[in-house]
Amino acid sequence: MKWSFILFLSLASFQSAREVKVYVDYAEFEQDYLLNKSNDTTYVINFWATWCRPCVQELPYFEQLAKDSMDQPLKLVLVSLDFDDKVDAVKALLAKREIESKAVILADPQADEWIDKVDSTWTGAIPATMVIKNGKRYFYETSYESYEELKNEIITLK
Amino acid sequence: MKKMIFGLVAIGVLVAMTSHSGYHVGDTATDFSLKGTDDQMHSLASIDGAKGYIVIFTCNHCPYSLAYEDRIIALQDKYGSEYPVVAINPNDPVAYPSDNFENMKLRAEEKGFNFLYLFDDGQKVYPQYGATKTPHVFLLDAQRTVKYIGAIDNSTKEDGVTKKYLEDAIEALKKGENPTPATTKAIGCSIKVAKG
Repeated sequence: MKWSFILFLSLASFQSAREVKVYVDYAEFEQDYLLNKSNDTTYVINFWATWCRPCVQELPYFEQLAKDSMDQPLKLVLVSLDFDDKVDAVKALLAKREIESKAVILADPQADEWIDKVDSTWTGAIPATMVIKNGKRYFYETSYESYEELKNEIITLK
Repeated sequence: MKKMIFGLVAIGVLVAMTSHSGYHVGDTATDFSLKGTDDQMHSLASIDGAKGYIVIFTCNHCPYSLAYEDRIIALQDKYGSEYPVVAINPNDPVAYPSDNFENMKLRAEEKGFNFLYLFDDGQKVYPQYGATKTPHVFLLDAQRTVKYIGAIDNSTKEDGVTKKYLEDAIEALKKGENPTPATTKAIGCSIKVAKG
């Protein structure tokens, strides 16, 4: 009886909320999202946070990008740099803004160890976006003012 | 011709925005005169007896800045008599109302800031330093030579700190040595520029 109740509760919460995995170890995140990428897919990795206004502002552009047809399939992940106790805040913001794209939290607190591994030019400021296309990495420490601006950036990559 | 000038200006703006010009270790940092939460104007030169300066670009709204407030207070307690903390809020208050001057005063009061908290009114100082985010530290010696740039320590969570980069850099300066590492990185909130 007790177990079925717990099962019911966990099912209910599973249905009401999306999954947002928390990575406290950069290496694990890197393995899942940055390494061994296939050449027939464009990967877009956007670094953001709930408290970063320009980041939140551009989320819909990324959402649209993932839905739009491009020259090759595109996989998007929204990587929140919120602290690991902010899972609910991240979920709430995505729900409120109707963002359905894949989202994770990267909360490895030792950023000095991993910022350069993402990209050596990155100062650590967000928003920042990485694109992996045909095995090449492109890194942008910038924000996008419109969907067109974002799309043009990515579509011109070979 | 107009178009070309516009183009050149646009390129100039782009270069200014994308290149992290700013200071490198070894450069001489500019002094400034900025208003503090005490309503007084402050410059580095006006701080008596300083053997160096801990210039920290920080602000109210950024969780990464907030996470470091207690550590900045502790730094001022420990080193302030020789190496005073000079915190500067570089954000555009229109973009982030919580970073306006009144809210800076409130935050300083509420947290009992024991260090100078200055407002980069007009956003003229932070680009010279090359600060891109908050918090962003520039440790200067008495001659305002930049000795260390980067993070306060290696963990946003205080209980996870294993390397106190900034404290180590100050200790090196006290011994007349150059800090190693001289630069580190941290995640921070990008500084919001006023829309022209």
